[in-house]
Amino acid sequence: MSGFLQLFLQQLWQTVYAVLPVMVIFLVFQFGVIRRRVPNLKQVSVGLVYVLLGLALFLVGLEMALFPLGEAMVAQLTDPAFIQRGISQTSEAVVIHWYDYYWVYLFAAGIGFATTLAEPTLLGVAIKAEEISGGAISVWGLRITVALGVGLGVMLGSYRIVAGIPLHYFIILGCALLIVQTWLAPRSIAALAYDTGVVATSTVTVPMVVALGLGLAASVPGRNTLLDGFGLIALTCLFPIVTVLSYALLGKWCSQFNARGKSG
Amino acid sequence: MATTPYNLSHALLASSKSLIPIILVVAFFQLVVLQQPLPDLFQLLGGMLLVVIGLSLFVVGLEIGLFPLGENMAYAFARRGNLWWLLVFAFVLGFGATMAEPLLLAVADRAAAIAASAGAIADNHAARSRYALDLRLTVASAVGLALVIGLLRIIRGWPVYYLIIGGYLGVILLSLVAPPEVIGIAYDSGGMTISTVTVPLIAALGVGLASSIKGRNPMADGFGLIAFAALMPMIFVMIYGLIK
Repeated sequence: MSGFLQLFLQQLWQTVYAVLPVMVIFLVFQFGVIRRRVPNLKQVSVGLVYVLLGLALFLVGLEMALFPLGEAMVAQLTDPAFIQRGISQTSEAVVIHWYDYYWVYLFAAGIGFATTLAEPTLLGVAIKAEEISGGAISVWGLRITVALGVGLGVMLGSYRIVAGIPLHYFIILGCALLIVQTWLAPRSIAALAYDTGVVATSTVTVPMVVALGLGLAASVPGRNTLLDGFGLIALTCLFPIVTVLSYALLGKWCSQFNARGKSG
Repeated sequence: MATTPYNLSHALLASSKSLIPIILVVAFFQLVVLQQPLPDLFQLLGGMLLVVIGLSLFVVGLEIGLFPLGENMAYAFARRGNLWWLLVFAFVLGFGATMAEPLLLAVADRAAAIAASAGAIADNHAARSRYALDLRLTVASAVGLALVIGLLRIIRGWPVYYLIIGGYLGVILLSLVAPPEVIGIAYDSGGMTISTVTVPLIAALGVGLASSIKGRNPMADGFGLIAFAALMPMIFVMIYGLIK
């Protein structure tokens, strides 16, 4: 129990430390420039305390439950001994192909999807989006679409590290997709779609994805941890945008199709 | 204003549902694929419980604290016609929050170590800490400037994709010419530098501003600040790597 308390206080202190400058800036501008009391000051203060406490508890919980287990799993899944298990040992020299890493790809997609759904900032932005879109965008619909994108991004990123394909091929491909989709998709969704990419890769997703990238880069022969270990984050930022725009595009086409069916 | 359906019990239920996929994925890979027992079930369940409580508190806090704070700031500046002050505020906020970010501190130190081992800078303490500080100043200025340009976009009504697509093209072009040891750091500095607390504030600032200016749609114009604030540091860090 004392170990837990220590961890909690440590996380709380780190959170407060990072937030303090932001709050000071707010106070200076509120009293120095706007010169007016904050509306509902009491409620806002309670909310801030909730945010700090909540974030600290959240991080302690992750440290206790998810991160050590996830890192141990990554280490085992990327271990060459585990990869070779599925290959027949009759041939003299065992050659590992990119497709022998299928469990890694499946894990990448699954963990990318699952951690995104637990991401606090994405939840916050999704609530805001539901509120101002008048319910046209639902909290769960948006989060699942984003999570699918993150899963896809982490899976492609893992494949890239195993196969040794340069990162910018994927980035350029993703950007080309993005430009075409932005051009076709409804105007109102684009801004939100861009934001979800960044928001999805945060407190829960980043540590897991970084562990996966570094683990793969260390275990696949010929990869450099410094150069290949990154990149996964860049892809996980890009692909949620692609899936959210795809979803919006699909909705637009469906409604056009229905409208045509009714008029014709 | 208080139309929020997110009271604490509602939030607790939603947070528990949000964690089901993680539990399923972890359990499947641990038990079926790796065929190993779950370690220390008590700690696992306790941790998950804390995650659920923490997430719920955070979300309720967002609804009653951070979102109103950011929106009221935008309203107050817009109502008094003080849009220049809003831009000053945005720069200071972006710069200050980024300089205070512990994650960026860690990334900058690692970047300095990489640059020293690559021979780009002298391998001593003074040169490394100088490099790390310069890098943090670069990223923080980039975030501050991105918020200023992003808010200016909302005020002027420029389409969001000009900035984002332009930013991505800039990132691609710079990736082709920037020194390879700086590219990984540049990509990392993008998504990671804006913390869990700052993101909702920035989102509320944009949405609040867009809904207080006539002719702007909070949905189409209010978002996009966060994405741009993540792109700009990538561009700045690669330029920094080029001229260093």
